[in-house]
Amino acid sequence: MRDAFTRALSELAAEDPRVMLLTGDLGFGVLTPFAAAYPKQFLNVGVAEQNMAGIAVGLAREGRIVFTYSIANFNTLRCLEQLRNDACYHAANVKVVSVGGGFCYGALGISHHATEDLAIMRSLPGLTVVAPGDPVEAGALTRAVGETPGTFYLRLGRGGEPVVHRGAPHVVLGKALRLCDGADVAILSVGGMLSNAMVAAELLAQQGVAASVTSIHTIKPLDESAIVALAREVGLIVTVEEHIACGGLGGAVAEVVAGLSGARARVLRIGVGSGFSETIGSQDHLRQVHGLSPDGIIRRILETLQERIYGH
Amino acid sequence: MDTQALAHRIRLDALHMVNRAKTSHIGSMFSMADVVAVLYGRILAKRPDHPTWRDRDRFILSKGHAGAVVYAALAATGYFDPRLLESYCRNGSVFCGHISHDVPGVEVSTGSLGHGLPIAAGMAYAARQDGAQHRVFTILSDGECDEGSNWEAVLFGAHHRLSNLVAIVDYNKIQSLASVAETLALEPFADKWRVFNWNVIEVDGHDHAALVAALDVTPVPNGRPTCVIAHTTKGKGVSFMENSVLWHYRTPQGEEFAAALRELEEAARA
Repeated sequence: MRDAFTRALSELAAEDPRVMLLTGDLGFGVLTPFAAAYPKQFLNVGVAEQNMAGIAVGLAREGRIVFTYSIANFNTLRCLEQLRNDACYHAANVKVVSVGGGFCYGALGISHHATEDLAIMRSLPGLTVVAPGDPVEAGALTRAVGETPGTFYLRLGRGGEPVVHRGAPHVVLGKALRLCDGADVAILSVGGMLSNAMVAAELLAQQGVAASVTSIHTIKPLDESAIVALAREVGLIVTVEEHIACGGLGGAVAEVVAGLSGARARVLRIGVGSGFSETIGSQDHLRQVHGLSPDGIIRRILETLQERIYGH
Repeated sequence: MDTQALAHRIRLDALHMVNRAKTSHIGSMFSMADVVAVLYGRILAKRPDHPTWRDRDRFILSKGHAGAVVYAALAATGYFDPRLLESYCRNGSVFCGHISHDVPGVEVSTGSLGHGLPIAAGMAYAARQDGAQHRVFTILSDGECDEGSNWEAVLFGAHHRLSNLVAIVDYNKIQSLASVAETLALEPFADKWRVFNWNVIEVDGHDHAALVAALDVTPVPNGRPTCVIAHTTKGKGVSFMENSVLWHYRTPQGEEFAAALRELEEAARA
């Protein structure tokens, strides 16, 4: 996703001199080509995220389109108030781009586990919250974020995520993106869980359960009409996120579905528990531990379907 | 513009606003009233009929709690009808207690401390990149300098040689609960800015001629940003408010309001 981001950002910077990239002293190797190609549009502000957010707002107030880049918790939580008061309240053209969403840097410890960012950022007024599901979405959404005025949070993974989409999907900011159909269960995924969600759907198919998969790359504003339609079509909506199971995608979807009257889907929220991860390790390891592997996902889904059938 | 008259007027306006609204921070407003009067009366390039005029000097009040004085200065210099000040802190008003960019002429809303200087630094960086000649001023409180975010911006301003950036510290030596020295000592304060490679000017923050000289900064290539440490008196202009921690939060009502009004009106006539 990082490479897709930098490619798209480089295109934006070439087209529009107002585009700037600020980094909090991170992105060795990743941002170097951008810095070399667009030196006047690149600024390393040092290890100072609060200042980076303020600088970004100052630049944006003077007409720039400013991307701030860091690892997920640093340019979000460290400077949360600057994002709220300075960026969001002024509707500044600031695009907060974090790498390492979820457990990408799982072995580095809880400081680098970005597992509450979606919930926190989703609560900020005026902020659009975007978490692409694969490199294809990351490239398209980077462009959309850059071209759309306003304050954005763009949560990326790192490098090397699999391309999930086949062909050239029509990725539209704020629109749910269906990858496959299925009449029994609707799996909704945000961010880098998309590949596991797709594998889970394939495994479910082998067990006779037809699951659709939809990428909710924009969780705020949420594509509510798509959620409502799914809630009417299937008996079970499953949200999958590399993030705590409250306040992020699961929370957002539950808020919509809970407001529906009449027959509607049950919502199963699959995500990380509310405590800190008790262990560290690779992204795959932590996904396994926290029930976010394809096996973990289908186990929860099958258990829930059993409950539905037998009325527990 | 007569900056002394402007200072008297904005003190009086702020007193009325705070009295009507029964709000706080009159001491913090009075301590920086002369700086604000000199900025709006003499220093800032501005067009009140065109608040977003491209070549204007930018001004950010980082100590947003003293916004009433800036609202008053904007009204006095023609940005909007002074009668609008009467809505200060009223239900539905844009004139909120901490300064709001919904008010014509206000660049940025603040209220939480430590936000103004980083934004100002970003604006100054943009201006330099654009080859623009305007300057970016911001007023910080002394207690506000406890916030680490300021020092991030102080590093940034010096590193990038933002000579178009002017940080003014309203150094009245008193913060919310006690003196600065008792709370979190800043001294040697000027030296701190100097070793961060800022150009430092210390002035009597109530001496208008000295303020004009200090604040009329000309950006020069490869120059340093400027810190004007304005030595001020909290509550300046009303004898019983001066140098008193009490008047950070106490709201002037009843006989105290009347007495303050008398003092300010006498001073204005003198």
